[in-house]
Amino acid sequence: MVNEALARWSDLAFEAALAGYVVALACYAIDFAARRGAVPTEAEAASVRIRQAARAGGTTTLEAPGHIGTVQRRTARPMAERFGTAAVVVTVVATAANLLSVLFRGLAVSRLPLANMYEYASAICAIAMVCWLIVLARTKARALGLFVLLPVTILAGVAFSVLYVPAGPVVPALNSYWKWIHVSTVSISSSILLVTGAASVLYLLRSRYERRLVADQRAVTDAAAAPGGGDVFPGSVTSVAADRSLLSRLPSLASLDRIAYRTAIVAFPIYTFALIAGALWAEVAWGRYWGWDPKETCAFVSWVLYAGYLHARATAGWRGRPAAWIAVVGFASIIFNLFFINMVVSGLHSYAGLN
Amino acid sequence: MLRNLWRQLTSMRVALVLLFLLALASLPGALLPQWSLNQSKTAQYLLDHPTLGPWLDRLGFFDVFASPWYSAIYLLLFTSLVGCLLPRCWEFAQQLRTPPVAAPRNLARLPHHARVEVTGTPDEVAARIDAGLRGWRRTVRAGGATGAGAASDGRSPGSLVPRSPDSSVTVSAEKGYLREVGNLVFHLSLLGLLLAIAAGRLFGYEGSVILNAGQDLDGNPSVFCSSSPANYDNFRPGLTIDGTDLSPFCVQVDSFHAGYTDLGQAVEFDARVQYQAGDEVFSDVWHPANLQVNDPLRMGGERLYLLGHGFTPQFQVTWPDGTQREYEQTFQPENGDPNFLSSGAVKISDPPGYVGDEVREHQLALVGLFAPTAWLQDGNFLVSVFPEPTDPAVAIQAYRGDLGTEDGTAQSVFTIDTDQVDNGELVELDRANLAIGESMTLDDGTVITFTGFREWVSLQTSYDPAQTWALVFAVLLLIGLMISLVIKRRRVWYRIAVLDDAGSESARPRCVVHVGGLARTDQAGYGEEFDRLAALPDRPVEPGARSGR
Ligand code: HEM
Repeated sequence: MVNEALARWSDLAFEAALAGYVVALACYAIDFAARRGAVPTEAEAASVRIRQAARAGGTTTLEAPGHIGTVQRRTARPMAERFGTAAVVVTVVATAANLLSVLFRGLAVSRLPLANMYEYASAICAIAMVCWLIVLARTKARALGLFVLLPVTILAGVAFSVLYVPAGPVVPALNSYWKWIHVSTVSISSSILLVTGAASVLYLLRSRYERRLVADQRAVTDAAAAPGGGDVFPGSVTSVAADRSLLSRLPSLASLDRIAYRTAIVAFPIYTFALIAGALWAEVAWGRYWGWDPKETCAFVSWVLYAGYLHARATAGWRGRPAAWIAVVGFASIIFNLFFINMVVSGLHSYAGLN
Repeated sequence: MLRNLWRQLTSMRVALVLLFLLALASLPGALLPQWSLNQSKTAQYLLDHPTLGPWLDRLGFFDVFASPWYSAIYLLLFTSLVGCLLPRCWEFAQQLRTPPVAAPRNLARLPHHARVEVTGTPDEVAARIDAGLRGWRRTVRAGGATGAGAASDGRSPGSLVPRSPDSSVTVSAEKGYLREVGNLVFHLSLLGLLLAIAAGRLFGYEGSVILNAGQDLDGNPSVFCSSSPANYDNFRPGLTIDGTDLSPFCVQVDSFHAGYTDLGQAVEFDARVQYQAGDEVFSDVWHPANLQVNDPLRMGGERLYLLGHGFTPQFQVTWPDGTQREYEQTFQPENGDPNFLSSGAVKISDPPGYVGDEVREHQLALVGLFAPTAWLQDGNFLVSVFPEPTDPAVAIQAYRGDLGTEDGTAQSVFTIDTDQVDNGELVELDRANLAIGESMTLDDGTVITFTGFREWVSLQTSYDPAQTWALVFAVLLLIGLMISLVIKRRRVWYRIAVLDDAGSESARPRCVVHVGGLARTDQAGYGEEFDRLAALPDRPVEPGARSGR
């Protein structure tokens, strides 16, 4: 029934992937730490200016600089640059290993490998990494890698050490094609939302940093304007702050916002579809399409939060940081649903089923 | 005042706040036990939290989704939605009938802007642009129509000033109206979905029943007919259902099979049933069907589900007066035992050979465990080591006395009233572990034989006349959502003015074209398209290009 050889290959591949993630994480960290405190890019400078204008009572918003080119930064030191390249290469290899692990597991048990939390977590890691590689290829925002790899590596580690279960068949309650459609789309959308979440966390950090930058700049201008304060060069404080903070090495607010938004609008319809598929499954399995089971309820909460995120982006006064906060809370609710609801509050969804 | 309140309620800000309230209010539904899902767990919670529990109960926290405050939130949200949608539908219809808005004064201040110089008269250039904007809603306006052309162009850098403001021509175009359609479809579907759910709550019902498979001790099949709520073990009607006109069907279970791996994990459940529905009820027409997990039987609007299974041990009792009788009773799988150790109680309230008050003194109860594959732990304690009935056995404790069933209080079919034991009315007798065919003899000579078992299945029927509508709206919702997220509503304007180029007296006149672009939602992704749009004035004129308007 279970192909033991393939199952072993799957386990090996997952271990390799986990090792790869750890190495990649280290490389990203070195790359990130060694980046020069960059001179703010055009976009950053613009966003600083806008924030300043806003503070001065203007009405310009962050949305104003529409045309934002690729973010250019001064390159990092060669050594760190090499670590950055290594991080990407290792990420690609580890992601491939993770995908192979999922594939082998599926072949070993002749079903979709999403029947327990281990398989589910492994798939989420793999898809999140694929999504990250796509984002990386499109935006070159490598500095984000550290923050995507961090949750993925933790999740993979937990999957390996806590959630692991050997390959086996599933109970009949889980054997429905709607279930497979439901679970695979939930895991795909959660994986993409992981990238949204990481980008939004960074957005919040970065915007705090930029607000400090603005404050510094104002201090400088005030000092320069004050009689006898001419010995402070405008800009010097800014660059000091910029150099000192790791946060200056993050992609610009505009790129982070764009990454968060674009991943969210890909993931949200998939998540919506997953909920509908889940309802269809519940209809054939439990006799009603929606029953406010804890898992269903929590999924509904996440859905409403992301609907709120999209709404917030169209609501005056809620763009930018409030929206980013919502995305972060939304992602927290997904993780909460995966771990807390599965392990503590078990409803019908507990992977136990009928028997 | 009222008007102001209405405007507030239908603002995006309030909609957003209500969305968050909805999410927040749903959380207790996931974190606290709910009456509708698990009564025993909820009751246990109340026992464990004697001070907090009753308050939470009173405030509806154990029935969140039926509580007034939850209803208030979603009703407000949907009121806001209606109040928001109707004007938007109206506005959208208006927009479809009016041409795209005139160009703003200064196109260079738009997020996307470009300036190109091309040959041709403004009208020719406008025709070119117009031809290139196929698929856009567009309008060409003669110069001065906006009355702002000269002022804005005069501010743009460079020495080239248009000859006369009135010779400029503007083209306004807009695309992506479908986005608004998608958005409206999405929100309207939300409304439809709510109505479908509400209809289900009003007109639907659910019921569950436990049925033994095969024939009973007299050789008759157990038949369940849905004609009355009383036939169900548990019936949950919708708000308008009084149980008088349920669409009837009957079902009997011929056999049940559960397949397991060697490790005891279930891989297959299959109940062979026969059913009759509609006019066939109480006739001799029966349709065979297989009922499996995840594969319900659909009879018109009614659906029948296989939800669980268990065992029904059978006993033969030989009474002191020599009467032999057969008894069987469904046992309940012990919570969480993967090997289906089941517990239950056979209650015999009419012992033969006794009259009057003697009957009450000689009622018999067989309380104990059933193990499909028995193993005696420490030589005495019955456990089950496999869920399949390969070597069944029971562990039985016998009681005699007054079962206490006559005082009117409802008793669980799976247990005896332990108060009767405590107050001495029900006396504990022998206990024994019995394999099939084995017997125990009580002090008065009663012989109890474990003769075999049947399997039972628990079935659920569901009826929801609106669930197809719920699906339709859910699919529409998804389609609307995807349309509104994929399609960008965007605008482009061209202001074409003749170049006063004194230097070269070429035959062909030249124009300067200012192009401005604005995406009404997210700017991302408009860049590349805008570059293409900005190149339009320079495109060669296609033969037959209309000067469309
Ligand atoms: C029942 C709760 C609601 C939910 C779950 C919800 C959900 C959403 C979602 C997911 C979007 C983004 C997708 C799209 O653009 O179509 C959206 C957009 C929008 N919603 Fe709602 N909505 C709700 C209620 C409302 C209400 C009450 C209003 C009016 C105040 C409203 C006005 C809008 C508008 C104007 C947009 C377009 C935003 C844009 O241009 O990007 N929605 N809504």
